[in-house]
Amino acid sequence: MTAPITTTALPPSEPVFPKKSYLNDGTTIRSWLLTHDHKRIGLLYLVGSIFGLFLGGIFAMVIRLELLTPGPTIIEALTYNRMFTLHGLVMIFIFMIPVIPSVFGNFFLPIMLGAKDVAFPKWNLTSWYIYMFGSALMLWGLITGGADTGWTFYAPYSTTTTTNITPVLLGVFIIGFSSILTGLNFIVTIHTLRAPGVTWFKMPLFIWAVYATSIIQVLATPVLGLTTLLVSAEHTFGFGFFDPARGGDPILFQHLFWFYSHPAVYIMVLPSMGVISEVICAVARKNIFGYKMIAMSSLGIAFVGFFAWGHHLFTSGQSPFDAGAFAAISMLVGIFTAIKVFNWVGTLYKGAIAFTAPFAYICGFLFFLVFGGMTGVALATVSLDVHWQDTYFVVAHFHFIMVGAVIMGFLAALHYWFPKMFGRKYPENWALLAAGLIVLGFNATFIPQFLLGNAGMPRRYYEYPERFTSLNVASTAGASLLAFGFIIIAIYLAISLKYGEVAGRNPWGSRGYEWDVPSPPPTENFDAVPVFTRGPHEYQDVPEELAKVGHAI
Amino acid sequence: MQSSAARKMTAEGWLEPPPVPHHYESEENHKHALRLGMWLFLGTEVLLFAGIFVGYFVFRTYFPEAFEQAGRHLSLFWGTANTLVLLTSSLTVATAHYYAEHGKNRNAFWLLTASITMGGMFLCIKGIEYHDKFVELALPGKFFHFNEITAPGGPIFYVVYFFATGLHALHVIVGMSLLTWVAVRCWRKEFSPQYYAPVENAGLYWHLVDLVWIFLYPLLYLV
Amino acid sequence: MNELMRRMLFLPEQASTFALDVDRLHYFVITVTMVASAAVAMVAIGFFWKYRRRRENQATPFIAPTAMFEVLAISVPLAFFLLWFAIGFRDFVKVSSPPPDAMDVYVQGKQWMWKFAYPEGPNSLGVLHVPANRPVRLLITSRDVIHSFFVPAFRIKMDALPGRYTEIWFTATKAGRYQILCTEYCGAQHSKMWGEVVVMAPEAFDEWIKEQQRGLVSRQDVLADEIGQVSPQGSLTQWGKQVAVAQGCLRCHNVDTREPSTGPSWVDLYQQTTKLTDGREIIADEAYLTESMMEPTVKVVAGYQPLMPNYQGKLSGPEAAAIVEYIKSLRSDRTAQAIGGAEQ
Repeated sequence: MTAPITTTALPPSEPVFPKKSYLNDGTTIRSWLLTHDHKRIGLLYLVGSIFGLFLGGIFAMVIRLELLTPGPTIIEALTYNRMFTLHGLVMIFIFMIPVIPSVFGNFFLPIMLGAKDVAFPKWNLTSWYIYMFGSALMLWGLITGGADTGWTFYAPYSTTTTTNITPVLLGVFIIGFSSILTGLNFIVTIHTLRAPGVTWFKMPLFIWAVYATSIIQVLATPVLGLTTLLVSAEHTFGFGFFDPARGGDPILFQHLFWFYSHPAVYIMVLPSMGVISEVICAVARKNIFGYKMIAMSSLGIAFVGFFAWGHHLFTSGQSPFDAGAFAAISMLVGIFTAIKVFNWVGTLYKGAIAFTAPFAYICGFLFFLVFGGMTGVALATVSLDVHWQDTYFVVAHFHFIMVGAVIMGFLAALHYWFPKMFGRKYPENWALLAAGLIVLGFNATFIPQFLLGNAGMPRRYYEYPERFTSLNVASTAGASLLAFGFIIIAIYLAISLKYGEVAGRNPWGSRGYEWDVPSPPPTENFDAVPVFTRGPHEYQDVPEELAKVGHAI
Repeated sequence: MQSSAARKMTAEGWLEPPPVPHHYESEENHKHALRLGMWLFLGTEVLLFAGIFVGYFVFRTYFPEAFEQAGRHLSLFWGTANTLVLLTSSLTVATAHYYAEHGKNRNAFWLLTASITMGGMFLCIKGIEYHDKFVELALPGKFFHFNEITAPGGPIFYVVYFFATGLHALHVIVGMSLLTWVAVRCWRKEFSPQYYAPVENAGLYWHLVDLVWIFLYPLLYLV
Repeated sequence: MNELMRRMLFLPEQASTFALDVDRLHYFVITVTMVASAAVAMVAIGFFWKYRRRRENQATPFIAPTAMFEVLAISVPLAFFLLWFAIGFRDFVKVSSPPPDAMDVYVQGKQWMWKFAYPEGPNSLGVLHVPANRPVRLLITSRDVIHSFFVPAFRIKMDALPGRYTEIWFTATKAGRYQILCTEYCGAQHSKMWGEVVVMAPEAFDEWIKEQQRGLVSRQDVLADEIGQVSPQGSLTQWGKQVAVAQGCLRCHNVDTREPSTGPSWVDLYQQTTKLTDGREIIADEAYLTESMMEPTVKVVAGYQPLMPNYQGKLSGPEAAAIVEYIKSLRSDRTAQAIGGAEQ
């Protein structure tokens, strides 16, 4: 029994760790592995994703170490080619695509809507098993002499390579199911399980972002599924769908592949943008500047993102008309992103900003999103892409978005919601230090890569012409800083799980709905159906006036 | 997925509906969610097949003569038979849904059994067709040695053919499994006017399987 | 100014007309980008400082954007994006539309080397000689997997696809040597699949190519390692004959006699000096034979009608090569029987 929290003043007493929460509601392994609780499933996904992040990070370090010298450095060519394939596949499918939706989406979506769980809890658990199985299959394939095709496995190289890509492709296929199920679950939850008072335009912006993401997941992933099946069939049986010698068409592969893989990048970035919308309001203690615009622009990105895939084929011999159409559409996505950036900065106007680790990550996010996004628009300018396509410029661009924007969002989410999920605070000083290292290390790693791309260094190069050496060395140095930052975060978060200061229900003073439940929340989230009488991003009231929510703590 | 063991038989002759899951405010809410989820899932299946249809159209544009020739060599008889079989099975599934919605579980059971049997017939006919292809070496990719097709692109037609019909056949099998599971529950008299969603959803899946065939049939056999 | 920006951005030298266009647009985009980002950053940093939290329980006003704000937020970036799109697209159309008087060179990417063939000239491996100040059109294909032909100094790039020809053109502006890099991952030696473009003064180039044509025969061997290519059915020559039969080539070309038919006989055709309808004389080498399949009406042999159908898209790269090999094997000192005797 915890001390009742009054709503007339902020609690003067020390916050108490709740005796019963979702964390200790059943302590056996079985209770975790057979849970229906969306919060536990979120943590299960966190375990898998973090593993993927560190594995992918190790491969990245191997790549950067190899690239310290123009010639062979520590590994040989075939191993290197496997390394960048591994790095891409693991990072994208095991970490980036699931991490924010399946961890934080799973954990917070129901709570933010005032629901007790997602629409289909058993399918939710099943999706985790599918994710683990697919990841295991993919990793097993990659370890047992697997793919050297790059994560984009272009035909006909992928259909004729002697490396064993079938388990890898089937692993990706299976992970795709997990993605589809999660998206489906979220869409149905948002449509059917909103508590009274949570109308569409009262939903937290994180939900809008996850909603748009889920639509993409549901519509685009099946096409990837089909493509992986076609490639494995062709690789195994020599069907010739993509092989010109048998009448097939390798460009068809590119179209089918990128039809998924371009929207996939919005699966990765939209949830991160949603996190930023949540966190920025809390750390600036300010309403979001332009709620409807941000919500609608998420849907806009999802919609337009489906029609932009051809910008990956500018130099593949497609007609100028097609190239132009795809270029124009790709730029539209930039407009939606620009709207968001202006609105986020506008949120800071007349706010009350607390410079904490989540805020540091917001800064990083904004900086990297603007640069990554602008370089995206530059790449969409067709004539410029002729020079940049398949060079390190593209690599830098997508790492600015993937690592810069998405991982900043992930780290912001992790730090912002750590007290809610685990009931404890992390050490702010260490967090700020790590954030600084990461932002610095990130710049040091990837800005040289823009310049490498300008200079003409192609991607996936094991050896390179000597004139590219100094920029590569600089990039590797930066990568070491980046890695160091991540390791520090892992350490202090792990320690804080057990020894962190007790957080209390709402250490940030946030108006997000999820901060109305205890930290960590009880299994049922709410005892009675909550009634939210305020918007989730409204701070104009004096903080003492927290809205009444119909449940007992 | 609720067990029928704990539910009691009602006076009308069917089991009382299972309890509403704790996070739904009503059965209405629950049904809405199930329906929406099912339609979304069907959407993903449509997109899965869309890719292979795109492939069909692309290669048809490259190799019109070969596709025409190969299409003529498919057995119009068996293809049409399969179409009729699937259409009828969809009819029986729809009727079974109607009966389940009215609590007439036994009728629904027999109709579902008919659908499943017809699904089996479909697979057998497909088997016959595939056997013929193997015999005359009308096979995809490097296995192609079918001299009746003189225009270039023969192997590609068979890649599309086997992939599309194979993927479809897989979905027929999945559909049959779903229908079987639902049929068993009909036998146990689980469905009533208050609770019939599984029948509806399994039926929707079967209708999708049918619908995919309705598109495959003319594209492969008729044009 | 151009030089300063170029060096700051680590761009290679500008050795083609296209490079200048590209770089100018690049500077425009990057300058606006940097300025805009800096402006946003400064505003943001200003806010960080001015609106830092001063009390724990500070309240904030509810501020919504005005319609004007949103309109500006959309229209200003949109205006720039559309402008960049327009310029970029115009330039892209330019680089995709070779001038009609461009000199053609056939480029063939193959794991892991680049091969070049001039329609009336030599073949070479790894080194492409071109004249300065004259447009050159590259017809690019691949023998195996997808490669990509990239010359950073020219700012041009085009994928090499098996089974079809892609094209791009450039006009080199400075004599010198410029690196070619493969930019589509193609296997173990992808990162060593380099080449070199040697740009020569126009007169020097004309001299050079005449030299090459004199010593022609010995260079043909460079392309003759087709035997390395594994064909799905037997030897390349046999396969070529099968493809030729299947494609209907033999309906118009004789292979057992030198008698002309609807089209020239293939016997002794390879390396034959052939007169075209426009009076030019060419050597029927691999490039010409392949071109005849892909663009048959461009160089028609004198005395024949331009009736040959186009096999672009119908014949894959390896198939076309197989037919070429078959044609190469047809010499009147060996009978057609002996060649095709092994199969069927």
